[in-house]
Amino acid sequence: MTIQANPIVARRSPGPDGEKVITLAALAVGGQGGGVLTNWIVAVAEANGYRAQSTSVAGVAQRTGATIYYVEMCRDTGRAPVFSLSPSIGDVDILIASELMEGGRAIMRGFVTPGRTTLITSTHRIAAVSEKINPGDGRVDGADVVEAMGIAADHVVAFDMETVAKKAGSVISSSLLGALAGSGALPFPRDSFEDVIRGSGRGVEASLRAFGDAYEIAKGTKPAPRPEEATAPVVPVLHVPQKLAAKWAALEARVAALPDEVRDMTALGLKKVVDYQDVAYGSDYLDMVEKMAALDAAPFDLSVNAAKYCARALCYDDLLRVADIKTRASRFERVKDEVVVKDDQVLMLTEYFHPRFEEFTTTLPKSMGKWLQRRKGIEAFYTKHFDKGRRIRTDSLRGFMMLWVVSSLRPIRRTLLRHESEMAHVTAWFNTAIEVAKTDPALASEVLANYRLIKGYSDTHARGLSKFARVMGALDLLKGRDDAADWMRRLRVAALDDVKGDKLDGALATVKSFAG
Amino acid sequence: MAERSFAKEVQKLKQGEGDTFTGEGILAITKALLENGVGYVGGYQGSPISHLMDVLADAEEILSELGVHFEASASEATATAMLAASVHYPIRGAVTYKSVVGTNVASDALSNLASGGVTGGALIIVGEDYGEGSSIMQERTYAFAMKSQVWMLDPRPNLPAIVKAVGDGFELSEVSNTPVMLQVGIRSCHVHGHFEARDNKRPPMTVSDALENPARKLDRIVLPPATYLHEEEKLTKRLPAAQKFVLDRAINERFGTPGSKVGLILQGGTYNTVIRALNRLGLADLYGDTEMDMLVLNCVYPLVDSQIMAFCEGKDAVLIIEEGQPNYIEQQIAHMLYKAGKSVKLEGKGMLPMGGEYTGQVMVDGLGAFLSDYAAEMLPVAKLAANEDPIAIPDLSKILPARPPGFCTGCPERPIFAATKLVEEELGEHHISSDIGCHLFSIMPPFDLGATTMGYGLGPASAAAFHNENKKGRRSISFVGDGGFWHNGLTSSVGNAVFNKSDNVIVIVDNFYSAATGGQDILSSRATNKTKQTQNSIVEACKGMGVKWIRQIDRTYDVTKLRDTLKEALTTEEEGPKVIVASSECMLNKQRRVKPELAKAAKDGKRVVRPRFGVDEDICTGDHACMRLSGCPSLSVKDTGDPLRDDPVAAIDQTCVGCGNCGEVADAAVLCPSFFQAEIVSNPSAGEKRRARRSQKIISWLQSRRDAKRVAFA
Repeated sequence: MTIQANPIVARRSPGPDGEKVITLAALAVGGQGGGVLTNWIVAVAEANGYRAQSTSVAGVAQRTGATIYYVEMCRDTGRAPVFSLSPSIGDVDILIASELMEGGRAIMRGFVTPGRTTLITSTHRIAAVSEKINPGDGRVDGADVVEAMGIAADHVVAFDMETVAKKAGSVISSSLLGALAGSGALPFPRDSFEDVIRGSGRGVEASLRAFGDAYEIAKGTKPAPRPEEATAPVVPVLHVPQKLAAKWAALEARVAALPDEVRDMTALGLKKVVDYQDVAYGSDYLDMVEKMAALDAAPFDLSVNAAKYCARALCYDDLLRVADIKTRASRFERVKDEVVVKDDQVLMLTEYFHPRFEEFTTTLPKSMGKWLQRRKGIEAFYTKHFDKGRRIRTDSLRGFMMLWVVSSLRPIRRTLLRHESEMAHVTAWFNTAIEVAKTDPALASEVLANYRLIKGYSDTHARGLSKFARVMGALDLLKGRDDAADWMRRLRVAALDDVKGDKLDGALATVKSFAG
Repeated sequence: MAERSFAKEVQKLKQGEGDTFTGEGILAITKALLENGVGYVGGYQGSPISHLMDVLADAEEILSELGVHFEASASEATATAMLAASVHYPIRGAVTYKSVVGTNVASDALSNLASGGVTGGALIIVGEDYGEGSSIMQERTYAFAMKSQVWMLDPRPNLPAIVKAVGDGFELSEVSNTPVMLQVGIRSCHVHGHFEARDNKRPPMTVSDALENPARKLDRIVLPPATYLHEEEKLTKRLPAAQKFVLDRAINERFGTPGSKVGLILQGGTYNTVIRALNRLGLADLYGDTEMDMLVLNCVYPLVDSQIMAFCEGKDAVLIIEEGQPNYIEQQIAHMLYKAGKSVKLEGKGMLPMGGEYTGQVMVDGLGAFLSDYAAEMLPVAKLAANEDPIAIPDLSKILPARPPGFCTGCPERPIFAATKLVEEELGEHHISSDIGCHLFSIMPPFDLGATTMGYGLGPASAAAFHNENKKGRRSISFVGDGGFWHNGLTSSVGNAVFNKSDNVIVIVDNFYSAATGGQDILSSRATNKTKQTQNSIVEACKGMGVKWIRQIDRTYDVTKLRDTLKEALTTEEEGPKVIVASSECMLNKQRRVKPELAKAAKDGKRVVRPRFGVDEDICTGDHACMRLSGCPSLSVKDTGDPLRDDPVAAIDQTCVGCGNCGEVADAAVLCPSFFQAEIVSNPSAGEKRRARRSQKIISWLQSRRDAKRVAFA
């Protein structure tokens, strides 16, 4: 517990005329416009015949840190009240947080009090550095914070105010002000807020739109924007040329023959694999899934994992793949959309490549690639003259053609050195899973999921492979144990959790201690 | 201040009799200086007093009209030495800096100034950065006031009180021939309020007048035997004069009902928090009306013995409310009471915490404990017993991610540390000394670089002991910013390394401004500044200091070059310090400058290129290696919505300024090809449009031809 029950009940006493101090604290992430919001609130209070005082600990000029702004206000009775300069635990009437975790931080710091505090918080997330640098998924689950809000606050106004602001072409300070006005926590009419926005001069129309939307949502007269998780994932549309329709239909029929539980994932996987290479490759993929399904029973978790991870294993990230994606028409459209290019503007696109000797040789036919890899002199020559970053302009014909040529190697991908090594790896892994599945399907399912560890390019890829090998290395120790699947999962989580692999070392040591 | 205009604030400085000034505390102080006939102002920027400097730097017109000289001092020592103008001449002078760090730097000059004493009022405005949200070590400036015997004001934190303290300070300084510190807390500096303005006053004697009529008095010069006399004068003349002034002018204030059984003695700066706590305990109203007997020390040093004794007379117990430690005020009062044989119970630290900021809850708890012990009858019954069941609120401390400050979007310092990380991956970890400035964020994730910080400009100096007997062994790397370099690093760090034949590596992070304090110009700033000589070369300065191995890098975003240069510095056989000057403009200030220019150019129909970065999410594999070498706020993680993928991928949002770091790091570290740079050209030339259309046509043809032959995502 961070909040101790205080033996002294210390509530503010009102003035002789019943006038009360209203305390308001705003927790923002640096750069979110907390200063603007504070100035608006002070101006609204003063326009309504209140005295107001604001303070902040803005720190230095840097962004990204958490910052607190604090406002006190009181109906003007002709005398200057003694305002406090910082928010006090258990003594905040209105708490505004401009991000979900900052709302949580306000609770942790004791600024949200049951029976007192109106908590106005945006529910969108700005990931902290610690969440971003995890090799797996390091993001914090906000559910606990949302739950705590309901317990700690007297009244909660929580929705994605960032999205509301963006949709209106404004910034979050406008929608926060709208939510504040709409919450009814301040005894000031809506138009007095809007007058202040009008008086601020810049981006007034957009600010008023964001303010209005947030006001309505806070009042409950308009629905809040739906959280991103709830929106259905975009199902990519597959384009099938007439000539290939029959072959494709045959593959689809095989998917339809699979157990219900496996079908969705397999359909997705099949599309990915065919898109990656060709229809025949899709058939290879289905062979793998079907093989696993034959050993599986309801609820078919094992087969679902096979459908998921075999698709990923078959679609390894090679130069051809990268060149293919970078030269697609759909990709050009997506980029234009993302960076907002208007019709009268021209887009220049520069790709960052850094192919090393390794990538160069594995993109050659097997024998040639192997021959070259043995020639240390050639490797040294390559490293000296060609191992450097390349900037390729894919909006220009010359740059586009370079990648186009590489991507055109796709039909002969199966003959390239990289394919040989990848398939050797995939086959070994898949056969292991099949073998394990005969006795311990749960463990086999985890073995399949271990493919999650292989990702990235060059050094990152090598590190992934080595983590994969180390986790898989524990298989013999675990086989036959009741808790084998659980330990396999733990090893993978440990491997995903840090870069250096210290956690994996620890987990492996534990496994060895009981199974070695 | 090249990139921000303070024209609006400058207008406020012009207000006169009958106007109501509205603004922040620190701006009110600035205005008060002009109202009190100040003759010259100096200082060194730093939170929370930067604003004073920034606004005066833009207020040339008003200052020259009044005959006031303003300068941005090279350091706090320079600023304090500047007060020498008030030693022999009846000119009021004021300087300002962040404390306690600034006072540390100033202390040589401060001792000299304090010893000889002053003729004109000398005011040192110290921005006390203590307590929650502070960016520096937690110490008190009070110790300096005591040991140098300069007086210290700590006014109640509202604008009229702060403004009055400026005038009081000058007068106190003059009647006691002693410099006076005006202490303002970080929140007082940023507090928004009002006061009734007065007309600005031209100083009776300007610094120009003084130059034309030089004067010197031997007894004010710090040299034996005068120094012995100075000490004598401090004790027998200056101190009594100051105490008399404090009493005569009622600098310290009494509130509440005199003669009650218990009382509070508090620093002026804590007044509002104390009143709020009393209000919450039912002992004061909103306006500060209270029965609690209080002595508010707006002058915290010197204390006036008679005033304290009178206050304590007849009381059972007195609580000293004094923020920070050691408890100097409490010790002095205890000493007075003991010597006088008084039996009044003295409370202070113990009832209140020994250290840390006295926030609202701390004050409620401390006052509650004091009153429960000594005057339980004063506390309303309702306040003594909890009548609400506490509600258990879930503990979120384990869940919430920390959010320490970090480098801004597009910061040019980020690639410097990315390069350092890459060098360490190759050559192993090194001892790294850090310095004060934005670059200190290298200490935090994702970089986790740097072992110590020893003070401004002292990064390389703090590596001085690391002399490797093995010439081919590892060297230390130290960082120092351009601000720290000119503040004191040139001599204390670079000069020292040259003189002592250090073999270590020094990286000077040059971002064209004193960036962490708000983007003020310094000697090596690239902007032209009407009142300052800028564009002085750091490289030339180092060479002048005797550095032989020096490399200038003009674009820090070139991670590969930085990495290779750093590697060379760590391995070269050349003797002496290896200095790398890594220069690129602070992105925050660059954007302030460039954004409006570009917007205008685009509007005027000129060709404008806006760069931005993006990630091809189908190529990104979700390993986040790029983020472990970046930490850029615009580079984050997002879900793909693809059930086949477990981990979120990298994504770059609209706030990207296109600095290029992502691509450069991906290249230097051979990460992955998912990054692309998009350059959006507004008002492209006709030829450019034609070429783009033609390429687009051919590209589209190729794309549709291929799509017709394969099964692929549309």
